[in-house]
Amino acid sequence: MTTEASQHPLELTNDFAPGESNFIKVDNFKFFYGKKEALHGINLEIPSRKVTAFIGPSGCGKSTLLRNFNRMNELIPGVHHEGDITIHGTSIYDPSVEIIALRRRIGMVFQKSNPFPMSIFENIVYPLRIAGQNTRSVLEETVERCLRSAALWDEVKDRLHDSALGLSGGQMQRLCIARAVASRPEILLMDEPCSALDPIATAKVEELIIELKKDFTIVIVTHNMQQASRVSELTAFFYLGNLVEFDNTRKIFTNPSMKQTEEYITGRFG
Amino acid sequence: MTSTATHSDKNFFSADGKGTSVFRLFRNRFLTGLCVALSLLTLVPLFSIVILVIQNGCPLLSANLFTQLPPAPGMDGGGFGNAILGTLVMVGISLVFSVPLGILAAIFVNEYAPVSWLASAVRFVAKLLTGIPSIICGVFAFAAVVMTTHKFSALAGGIALAILILPTILLTAEQALLGVPYAFREASFGVGATPFQTIWRIVLPEAMPAIMTGVMLAVARAAGETAPVLFTALFSQNWIKGIMEPTASLSVLIYNFASLPYAYHIKLAWSASLVLVALVTLSNILAQVIFAPKHR
Ligand SMILES: Nc1ncnc2c1ncn2[C@@H]1O[C@H](COP(=O)(O)OP(=O)(O)OP(=O)(O)O)[C@@H](O)[C@H]1O
Ligand SMILES: [Mg+2]
Repeated sequence: MTTEASQHPLELTNDFAPGESNFIKVDNFKFFYGKKEALHGINLEIPSRKVTAFIGPSGCGKSTLLRNFNRMNELIPGVHHEGDITIHGTSIYDPSVEIIALRRRIGMVFQKSNPFPMSIFENIVYPLRIAGQNTRSVLEETVERCLRSAALWDEVKDRLHDSALGLSGGQMQRLCIARAVASRPEILLMDEPCSALDPIATAKVEELIIELKKDFTIVIVTHNMQQASRVSELTAFFYLGNLVEFDNTRKIFTNPSMKQTEEYITGRFG
Repeated sequence: MTSTATHSDKNFFSADGKGTSVFRLFRNRFLTGLCVALSLLTLVPLFSIVILVIQNGCPLLSANLFTQLPPAPGMDGGGFGNAILGTLVMVGISLVFSVPLGILAAIFVNEYAPVSWLASAVRFVAKLLTGIPSIICGVFAFAAVVMTTHKFSALAGGIALAILILPTILLTAEQALLGVPYAFREASFGVGATPFQTIWRIVLPEAMPAIMTGVMLAVARAAGETAPVLFTALFSQNWIKGIMEPTASLSVLIYNFASLPYAYHIKLAWSASLVLVALVTLSNILAQVIFAPKHR
């Protein structure tokens, strides 16, 4: 399936006009590491149940924006923001928003897979356990559901209680995806999820992403242009802390409006 | 080698006697030999001590040593069961105070407020205290506990030892926490865990083997120190009845008996040394087995 996808990169993505059923809305958002302004007033509307790709040269602020959607960047000392991000019409900075609840509704997959040093089973049920859910049947059901949706069930079903650190790199990353969907989030954030994987593992994860968008709103950061065109409906191109262009993936890759975008996707810089 | 290598193909890899190769080869071998010799030399004192203690400690070794009380001056027979128990009790008391305090402080310093002035102050004081002479801990516990309770006691001895080992436990625990990859914390926060859950379920278990290594170092130090217990717990010829009583310890027993003019007491002191070394080694091994990382 994915080999086909790489032959016809644009066939899998259907056209979609930005602005339809907005889900995550970024409103004149600025972000500061200390005095350094990493994002200069971003405006962006991400639709639900689609895959949106963030592309752009290193250091342009893709991860910074992504990590603000679940307020992970607040763990870094000395940061602050201006502007607003709303999800479902509610500001994530509203005092009534519980950061814990927010992060449970937004799964995150990191560049380097980071399974806990526990069994495969315990890794996946961790989000449930910390929410006080310890019923055996619920946990077992969740493990199967998540491993199936991460296309990992058949490979590990006989060794659920073995250490997760014994898995291969690609399996570990899919385990992290399984863990990220355990608390039934609506949004899945992925920061270069395939950059440490070989082509076969990458293909599996890409297949998975396309599968998962039925249930999740997915935002993926990637340096791989083919990957962006294979998996995403929408693509946002960032440059030096600015959003340069945000449009249909097909349009971005075939007929971008901005010169900078064209130069980047044709590989003339970055 | 580069200077001689081009002379002829036959001698490509061998020193030809000209140039510097032979000298370099010789210097290399000489320095390697020197390093090996010096490493062996550092083992000499260690082995001499162990052999000496085993040689002198073994003759009296029997079950009686562990179950009987020390003999009166000039008498033979008996053991030092009360001193072993006393050492265990006082080390135990010191751990009860220092382990929770040290680990909690390390968690605060490393996890909650790593860049605060309070964290810097705690780190600075802990480093300063690791160098404190053990007798000062004894003096302090004497003033703070013995003078106020009007009693020499196991509690006072335990507190003196706790003060002695607290900085070691704090600093090694901090290093242990630092060694836990940030990615684990990120993963935990990312699925909505609170800082407390992250520390309790992920960070602490992962850091535990290294923390325990620090604790065992501290136990070894506490069990062997004489000065802090010398004038806080004093000594006792009898079994310990409560923690508010003067209490015997192996280290003070060795110190006392070794300076007595009775041959049997001196032999007892040797045996007590052997038991002390064995206890420390054994607890070290046990801790390594119990707290070995499970998911590697
Ligand atoms: N923890 C931090 N402290 C200070 N500055 C940071 C920090 N993280 C990122 N930055 C800065 O913010 C800017 C944006 O970084 P960010 O990580 O968002 O870029 P990116 O687009 O994800 O790059 P890459 O493709 O290399 O991952 C960069 O200039 C970077 O140096
Ligand atoms: Mg990044």
